[in-house]
Amino acid sequence: MKNFFKSFLFFTIFLFYGFNTIAAEQSHKLLDPGWSFKGFFGKFDRAQLQRGYQVYTEVCAACHSMKYLSYRNLSQPGGPEFSEQQAKIIASQFEVTDGPNSEGDMFTRPARLSDKFVGPYANDQAATAANGGAYPPDMSVLVKARKGGADYIYSVLMGYEDPPSDITLDDGVYYNKYMPGNKIKMSQPLMAGAVEYADGSSTSEEQMAKDVVAFLAWAAEPHLEARHKLGFRAIIYLLILTVLVYFSMKKLWSRIESKV
Amino acid sequence: MSDHEYTPKSKLGKWFNDRLPLLTLSNHLQEYPTPKNLNYWWTFGGILTFCLITQIITGLILAMHYVASADLAFGSVEHIMRDVNYGWLMRYVHANGASMFFLAVYIHIFRSLYYGSYKSPREVIWIIGMIIYFLMMATAFMGYVLPWGQMSFWGATVITNLFSAIPFVGESVTNWLWGGYAVDNPTLTRFYSLHYLFPFLIFGLVILHIWALHVPGNNNPIGIDLKKPSKDTVPFHPYIVIKDIFALLIFLIVFAFFVFYSPNILGHADNYIEANPLVTPAHIVPEWYLLPFYAILRSIPDKLFGVIAMFAAIFVLVILPWLDTSKVRSAIFRPLYKQFYWFLVADVLILGYVGAMPAEGLYLLVARIATAYYFLHFLVILPVLGAKEKTLDVPLSLTEPVLGGSTNEAIIKKKKEI
Repeated sequence: MKNFFKSFLFFTIFLFYGFNTIAAEQSHKLLDPGWSFKGFFGKFDRAQLQRGYQVYTEVCAACHSMKYLSYRNLSQPGGPEFSEQQAKIIASQFEVTDGPNSEGDMFTRPARLSDKFVGPYANDQAATAANGGAYPPDMSVLVKARKGGADYIYSVLMGYEDPPSDITLDDGVYYNKYMPGNKIKMSQPLMAGAVEYADGSSTSEEQMAKDVVAFLAWAAEPHLEARHKLGFRAIIYLLILTVLVYFSMKKLWSRIESKV
Repeated sequence: MSDHEYTPKSKLGKWFNDRLPLLTLSNHLQEYPTPKNLNYWWTFGGILTFCLITQIITGLILAMHYVASADLAFGSVEHIMRDVNYGWLMRYVHANGASMFFLAVYIHIFRSLYYGSYKSPREVIWIIGMIIYFLMMATAFMGYVLPWGQMSFWGATVITNLFSAIPFVGESVTNWLWGGYAVDNPTLTRFYSLHYLFPFLIFGLVILHIWALHVPGNNNPIGIDLKKPSKDTVPFHPYIVIKDIFALLIFLIVFAFFVFYSPNILGHADNYIEANPLVTPAHIVPEWYLLPFYAILRSIPDKLFGVIAMFAAIFVLVILPWLDTSKVRSAIFRPLYKQFYWFLVADVLILGYVGAMPAEGLYLLVARIATAYYFLHFLVILPVLGAKEKTLDVPLSLTEPVLGGSTNEAIIKKKKEI
């Protein structure tokens, strides 16, 4: 019994260890500003997500799409939780192409809650062409699509530096401490004061980076809060059931001259 | 099957049972005499049955929402994650369930290796088990392709390209698998179809696996034949059932930690990037449970022989009952085999590790040595050990007087050493 647990633990630790070493190939240790959504009780900070959405829509959305999100998501529980009215107003600021109408023509109308986020470009090729040959990736699941997740995105945002003297960069290529290969085709997106927060929070580069990455983390994992909550309940339930079953088992096996 | 005749008590039961003996089957499953000294490593059979059923149920629900199309697959997975009620739960249980399934199957296999459960008269159970294991790998591989992310696409490209190594017909076979000249929509749709089919094949084989088990009955940690039923056995229900449930619950707690708190840790970040035939990821790595075989494949410089080595690594397991010639089953009474067993465990873990690393320099050298040792273990060490090893005395029964009536392995070992 004791051996069994020891070995099982060993196996699990090995798994975790193995994957952490694989994940730790990075040359620089990633920055970790301390996320509210990590850990067993991790939750998003509503005000932070709302600020993050503002940074996304005013800065990132100039080049990056977010095609798997709908405007209604902005008012859903577990997210930035704008009021439905606010989300409707946000949506109505974008134009979508709809149709064909009864005459067979396509037409444009203001976006509704049910519409997906409107992207900045007509298609991926247009996006690539407009950005010097580098496709600005869709941001819907970006946090999950990069090794290091939120820490990595935050680090890249904060990692712009003057290149070391032995490195020469082509036009439109920038030096970034955390980017694999240290070269990035996106110019530094966040400059202090780039947005103006309604709640009066600081608009330092760090604060904006933190806010927008929290927003991206929510966008990639919109049910994270529900998952953490359900997981906690499920595990407590399992623990109690395990103890009950353990004692039932002991009682049953007490009839037998053998250990369990 | 047990020898004694079973007659249902009620008239209706008897009437039905004479026509379809389901009640006899149910009675057999309850009474099935099981060695009472089984340890917790024996609970993984039940855990695996649970895993298979979980995968089938979550898979069925995912299939209701998933769209098998190169253009829509990635988006439909995001639709499941975002818009389907508890879709995120279904998908994370299914994806992590595959990993937990393999974790359990590896423990189950290594249990069998340690206690010699594959030996006569249980060879057929073992071979069916190996077919199940092979089908599991195929199913998991095809399942990993379905989200149509970068790793899906490039993993599919690498693995299907292996078949092009077959002399003369390789290219035609690969094109036939792809349904075209590259991994594309036809590949995705056929993988989807087969990914749906294989679990039911596995389910059928699991029934045969259990049936074949119930003919000779369970092996046990001491590895001796037991008289069944006897003082050495307990009825399956309730004794083994409750023990299996207890172990399953502990397994579920680990499972739940993965699903709820690190659902993506066992996957690869690149698979959240939609498949793009024009961009190759920096490292193409399969899921962790296939890494040892991937390491064997890459350790051979020639493509064809690499593929042969990879399949041979599974095939040596199939013929294992005839490679291990020792008459003694349990490693408890085989001091040398016990050491080589742990070398093999370490060897497979090393293969898994280097399988995740780039195939170059020191990693490649380690992979080659570990591959050579893997085959050495099965093809040379086991047959030689069978002939040369001096095994310890094996008790005649679990309650043999000389053992003081104890079924405790440690006590038996101590007595043996004296």
